[in-house]
Amino acid sequence: MANLIKKKKRTEAEIPTSSMADIAFLLLIFFLVTTTIDVDTGIGMVLPPKLEEDVEPPPIKERNVLKILVNEQGLVLVEDEPSAVQLIRDAVKTHVLNEGVDPRYAETAGRALVSIKTSRETPYNAYVDVLDEVWMAYFEMWDSEARRLGYQNYQHYVDTVVEGQGLQNAIREKIKAQISIAEPDAA
Amino acid sequence: MSSQHFKKKTQTKQDIPTASLPDIIFMLLIFFMVSTVLREQTVQVRTVLPQAEAITKIDQKRLVSYIWVGPQKLDGLRLGETAVQIDDALIEDVAAIRTVMYRKLVEQPRLIVSLRVDETSEMGMVLDVQQELREASTLRINYSTKRQAAS
Repeated sequence: MANLIKKKKRTEAEIPTSSMADIAFLLLIFFLVTTTIDVDTGIGMVLPPKLEEDVEPPPIKERNVLKILVNEQGLVLVEDEPSAVQLIRDAVKTHVLNEGVDPRYAETAGRALVSIKTSRETPYNAYVDVLDEVWMAYFEMWDSEARRLGYQNYQHYVDTVVEGQGLQNAIREKIKAQISIAEPDAA
Repeated sequence: MSSQHFKKKTQTKQDIPTASLPDIIFMLLIFFMVSTVLREQTVQVRTVLPQAEAITKIDQKRLVSYIWVGPQKLDGLRLGETAVQIDDALIEDVAAIRTVMYRKLVEQPRLIVSLRVDETSEMGMVLDVQQELREASTLRINYSTKRQAAS
């Protein structure tokens, strides 16, 4: 009898902690699922700085500019000729990689410029489509330039040379992505 | 004799100590709770982003400041006039953007302005906003777009 009482006293009053890990795991999973670490994706651009009042914009030769016009209906004019959005990519490539052969296109890749002009009523969608095509043209040109230099692709070049060795991005220096967003004409 | 030997061997502890497991998990939990930003901004304009192919990711989230442009959400499912929103407030006058953005630029010199523009918006408004950004000399912008679904 006395033995029994002694046993009862010796049971320890502990809260079971074995399920603690499970509870913490549940909380952890809840936070993992509910929080969205969404990375913003988009088309990066750098706007031209504000022009000073008395400074004239630098002169640009007409042949170095590829003019793309997007109108209210989302229709596209490339160098004053009607074109489709899908054809812009090739037009930009021939323009930039012309290297002075055709007098209508750019003198060198470094001087080539693409000008996108919209009207005020142009839907944003149409503008982004055109801008996307122009950027894709540049991406593809950088890619082929990187392959010519013996890299797998442009990203590989950036990773090894620009990030790895801290050198200047020679491909971007050679084929400059110069895209200008022109102001619409005052109606 | 042999059975005694076996008994001894089974008595050796083979458990991994699990006492510190909750602590480890709690540490992870606290890390996730702290690192995730739950900065909810109620966007008062509708922004259905356009799709594009030539997109890049913005890794440094703390450099980014958003400008929303799109039709204003009204009661029910109706949509109003095109409006511009920065942070939590709608911008009444487009010319106010330059002061707002300039102040942000002073705080963060490497500011990237991400334009989250509804795909049905007209370019006029976007160009006005861009003109204001030039005035504020916040020149690095990003047209926020979704990745184009493979066709």
